[in-house]
Amino acid sequence: MRDSIEFLLGHERRSLRGVDPTLTVLDYLRSHEHRKGTKEGCAEGDCGACTVVLARPAGGRLDYRAVNACIQFVPTLDGCQLLTVEDLQGPDGELHPVQRALVEAHGSQCGFCTPGFVMSLFPLWRAGGGATRAEIADRLAGNLCRCTGYGPILAAAERLAETPGATAHLLGREVEVLAQLEALADDRSTLLIEDGDRRFLAPATLEALADLLLAHPGATVLAGSTDVGLWVTKQDRRLETIIWLGRVAELREIRASAEAIEIGAGVTCADGMAALAAEWPDMGEVYRRYASPPIRNTATIGGNIANGSPIGDSAPLLIAAGATLVLRRGRQRRRLPLEDFFLAYGKQDRRPDELVEAVIVPRRRPEQRFRAYKISKRFDQDISAVLGAFTITLDGGTVREARIAYGGMAATPKRAAAAEASLRGRAWAEPTVRAAMAALAQDFSPITDMRASAGYRLQVARNLLLKAWLETSGHSAETRLVGDRSLAHV
Amino acid sequence: MSERIVGGVHEARVHDSAHKHVTGAAVYVDDIPEPARTVQVHIGQSARAHARLVRMDLDAVRRAPGVVAVLTAADIPGVNDLSAVHAHDEPVFAVDKVMFAGQALFAVAAETRLQARRAAALAVVEYADLPPVLDTDTARAAGDLVWPIGRMQRGDAPAALARAPRRLQGRMTIGGQEHFYLEGMVALAVPGEDGDVLVHCSTQHPSEGQLLIAQVLGVPSHAVTVECRRMGGAFGGKETHANLFAAVAALVARATGRPAKCRLDRDDDMIMTGKRHDFTIDYEVGFDETGVIKAVAMDFASRCGWSADLSGPVNDRALFHADNCYFYENVRLACFPCRTNMVSATAFRGFGGPQGVVAAERVIEEVAFALGLDPLDVRKRNFYGRAERNLTPYHQAIEDNIIHELVEELERTSNYRARRDEIRAWNRTSRWQRRGLALTPVKFGISFTMTAYNQAGALLHVYRDGSIQLNHGGTEMGQGLYVKVAQVVAEELQVDIDRIRLTATNTSKVPNTSATAASSGSDLNGMAAQAAARTIKERLTAFAAARAQASAEEVVWLPGRIRVKGEEILFDKLVHDAYFARIQLSATGFYATPKIHWSREEGRGRPFYYYAYGAACSEVTVDTLTGEHRVDRVDILHDVGRSLNPAIDLGQVEGGFIQGMGWLTMEELWWDADGRLRTHAPSTYKIPCASDRPPVFNVRLMEGVANREPTIHRSKAVGEPPLMLAISVLHAISDAVASIADHKLPPRLDPPATPEKVLAAIERLRASDSGGAP
Ligand SMILES: Cc1cc2nc3c(=O)[nH]c(=O)nc-3n(C[C@H](O)[C@H](O)[C@H](O)COP(=O)(O)OP(=O)(O)OC[C@H]3O[C@@H](n4cnc5c(N)ncnc54)[C@H](O)[C@@H]3O)c2cc1C
Ligand code: FES
Ligand code: FES
Repeated sequence: MRDSIEFLLGHERRSLRGVDPTLTVLDYLRSHEHRKGTKEGCAEGDCGACTVVLARPAGGRLDYRAVNACIQFVPTLDGCQLLTVEDLQGPDGELHPVQRALVEAHGSQCGFCTPGFVMSLFPLWRAGGGATRAEIADRLAGNLCRCTGYGPILAAAERLAETPGATAHLLGREVEVLAQLEALADDRSTLLIEDGDRRFLAPATLEALADLLLAHPGATVLAGSTDVGLWVTKQDRRLETIIWLGRVAELREIRASAEAIEIGAGVTCADGMAALAAEWPDMGEVYRRYASPPIRNTATIGGNIANGSPIGDSAPLLIAAGATLVLRRGRQRRRLPLEDFFLAYGKQDRRPDELVEAVIVPRRRPEQRFRAYKISKRFDQDISAVLGAFTITLDGGTVREARIAYGGMAATPKRAAAAEASLRGRAWAEPTVRAAMAALAQDFSPITDMRASAGYRLQVARNLLLKAWLETSGHSAETRLVGDRSLAHV
Repeated sequence: MSERIVGGVHEARVHDSAHKHVTGAAVYVDDIPEPARTVQVHIGQSARAHARLVRMDLDAVRRAPGVVAVLTAADIPGVNDLSAVHAHDEPVFAVDKVMFAGQALFAVAAETRLQARRAAALAVVEYADLPPVLDTDTARAAGDLVWPIGRMQRGDAPAALARAPRRLQGRMTIGGQEHFYLEGMVALAVPGEDGDVLVHCSTQHPSEGQLLIAQVLGVPSHAVTVECRRMGGAFGGKETHANLFAAVAALVARATGRPAKCRLDRDDDMIMTGKRHDFTIDYEVGFDETGVIKAVAMDFASRCGWSADLSGPVNDRALFHADNCYFYENVRLACFPCRTNMVSATAFRGFGGPQGVVAAERVIEEVAFALGLDPLDVRKRNFYGRAERNLTPYHQAIEDNIIHELVEELERTSNYRARRDEIRAWNRTSRWQRRGLALTPVKFGISFTMTAYNQAGALLHVYRDGSIQLNHGGTEMGQGLYVKVAQVVAEELQVDIDRIRLTATNTSKVPNTSATAASSGSDLNGMAAQAAARTIKERLTAFAAARAQASAEEVVWLPGRIRVKGEEILFDKLVHDAYFARIQLSATGFYATPKIHWSREEGRGRPFYYYAYGAACSEVTVDTLTGEHRVDRVDILHDVGRSLNPAIDLGQVEGGFIQGMGWLTMEELWWDADGRLRTHAPSTYKIPCASDRPPVFNVRLMEGVANREPTIHRSKAVGEPPLMLAISVLHAISDAVASIADHKLPPRLDPPATPEKVLAAIERLRASDSGGAP
């Protein structure tokens, strides 16, 4: 056991003991470190004013990721370098290229959002800049600016590679930072932070993790903190025992076999999306619009499933793909079809001492057509009103099997059994599709809430099925407004 | 010597705080180091929209860990009222009755924010529910208005409507809007001697904050100082609604003798503070076969929430803009500011004007569809004339009309006609996606319609070393006011702008200021600062002239120096010498906008000093299966007179457009049946993000259009007018939807045009046109 959180704040080593286990990185920076450049705009991961950068060693270099400081707990800094807006300016006051580009482009008005934009752009700069407008806009999906209308910020981001500025103070020390972080990563002991009767446990191995959960049934398993963080900041929930899986390297693995891709429960959406998209292209489209890069950099696919949310995007996607969930209790594993995991609203088939270990996603077969669509008021970083995912397995022109799953249509992510049945064995043609659209009324009676009315949900659910058919039946008309439109008719 | 100073007027100068913004060094209220022993304040809120307060038991709150004080209405030494318009309907803390879910009941001060928040949750409040009023029809039927009905009329609208060859009527609703300034409400009150208090507050209106805090504390204004260096956005949201938090912080500071900070969590901010008014508008229009409007009658009813706040003038401004750029031969307008059990709606960029313009454009669209005309042609046929047909519904003659040439130019540069044809042709071949195009104009009246507010003061110090400190009553919320006013002073004194230090807006420096609102910031404060600079300049000129035994006319001001009788004297030297000659190097400046007057009772006057104009052409693509849309291209031509700072002004135009686009498309406020706001965080309330910016976005400031009135360097206000350019997006979506029924039926698309609303409009047209599913 180790009782101190070890990390670098900029280039200064920090060893924190006895901190409140759910102290957010944002509060820590502002109150404890008096680094006031990082702002609070929402405390729920949605505005980006609090964006900071974490560097971790990966493949012999530093992997820089923007994250939302407002919903990350301080113990999860263990083993990282934390960079804030204060770290970017050179020692003599010279601006960093990201900062300079923003100034030159008139990229700030009130300036409250600006540090967050600076930090979201930093990893892009470090990767050499040179991104397209669309890529930049994706990068910035989690940073809201109410003043500028984004134009000057996008313009600045386009010029990162050409803009001079202070960089040596960061680049010149990367080797040293890498060495320090790698040394920290070698420690395999469990981190334990205690505060009164509350504790934060961060084991470094899967075995230790599973054992700890057996020993502390009902403990809060913490993955990317993009739900759990909000329980604390928004609901003031008191979490007695937290077990964080972020140090378990095994869970961050993506294992590909001939038949399937196995995604460990610690794999973030950011890291998992490419692997999934390679097999199921539209998953990439949905994950691109799922939250924002800072959220996707911590949020795990496992957590998105484990939380059981009826409006989570991963579940319907993966159900449609025929995924299997792997659960683990101590040394025992069990597997179940993903759709069977969701029992009722807020109720999943998981024992309190059981862990989601992985999700196994079969590879797509050539006869399978897959389409997925996310419907929301705003394209980027919005929770789906409806998510429709469709896998149609064709036998010539006939539907051999249909796996249709929706989010936002019921109390759980759910398959459309009646619609699937009405398609099975029939021609993949407009009349059958229309019949299946009608059958959706037997499958779902959605609710009305602030995201959409029941009527709209049902109607759009139907139309999405029609769209899936249009895109997979030889039509060529434009059907997509955003994203990679070439995927519509592949 | 350089031939031009750095940072004079008309220069595209970077925002004065840009370097601080990007390095995190810009200090917002929450970043000010807290004085020792600062307590943190949380406000306990009503859980009900409308109820009698039967019992409020705060014992557990008082006993909770860390609690220092708990304050209710009974603890207010002065008056329990914050109504900025003296309607006496806005208690700091509720007494007997609650009027909306989120209303302040009590304040708890504790050692930490979390302790205060946890303690507040322990309150036991018993309510006896009353039926909440949540719509305008119910409020109007009950005659429950927060402000008297306002009317404007000219000619005889009922008779002209009856006579008109064609006549149409309809109803539309326009959604409200949350400001979503990135920095939430915050105030830090520091107690001083003799009952004084200094309040650092994120506010657009320090002087009003001062007045109301004094009233609540029961002290004279001289005991209260309010200061604001900058806000992290405001947009009208911090005009009156910052006062509650400032007053509560001051009350706690007074009660505990300790500094007190009240900073809101985002959800509390969205629940407790006002928004843009939503409106229901009943309209009737009479017109001839060419599309010329003969008569218009419109009733504007808005949900004003529980208190009057600024709803009276906001509703009036909706009427002031219900003509947009169009001459109504006969017109009758009325507004009904309805009381509803919701948070009090308040100022928001445009202040009711945008809703008026949206209604005007709906009327134009109706006429165009009725006659099968291009809406742009209908618009142009109804434009105000230059010298005739130029009387507004409030009897102000428009003297500075440039909308004809502005729209002509944009029509040409945006290639409107050809694109319209191309889009129509494309739509005929596209079954699932439809494109739409619209070009809409804007005219916006500049001045506070409350004439007294059109005044401003400035304070300018020139120090012995030649450095200059500038202060004025305007507040900086990101709009670049400070840099613009500094440019004015730099120009006046012919010094580089770096010499000038801008200081925080502070009620002890410049008193009795107006809100920084109504787009008036640089008009008013620029003039006041110019007056102060001129006073100093005159003194220095007189001094230099006397010393050189020359006349004042012989003193020439050059960049960084003066020349008198062939001798050049550097500014530093001049100031240094003037000091030793006992010349006063500090001056105040004052400005009151000329020409304006307005009588609400008569519905007549000249409320506006001048108008700002603009137009936008937007193109969209709509997915007819889902109702989603994408904005493909926007062209804007906007009039800012002779820009004080083109970079800042462009920023205002672009930012305002995107904000307006959000309002009209994706931003949706949603209250449940019990009157609770359910969209109270960015997770549920969506403002535009980076990818929503149109990929093709051509924004130009119109050239060669100096303000006809002698405003500051002939510039025009720019804060609000561009927001309304986004109405072109709404109409482009409408145009795309209309293609479903071959442009024969009006889509009557009410904003916000969410996917749901758009799909509903599509379905309606589908059903009434050919019938049948997609
Ligand atoms: C700004 C923002 C935007 C968002 N946008 C989207 C969106 O577009 N689409 C969408 O689907 N979601 C969205 N979310 C929701 C969120 O990202 C997901 O629910 C997220 O995937 C949860 O994963 P996590 O790793 O952060 O889990 P955590 O927050 O750490 O945990 C979530 C829950 O799962 C449990 N859990 C996590 N891992 C395991 C495990 N291995 N075994 C057992 N239990 C486990 C936790 O105990 C907890 O109950 C958004 C969230 C935010 C804050
Ligand atoms: S404060 Fe808004 S994302 Fe963190
Ligand atoms: S500059 Fe104000 S929010 Fe971005």
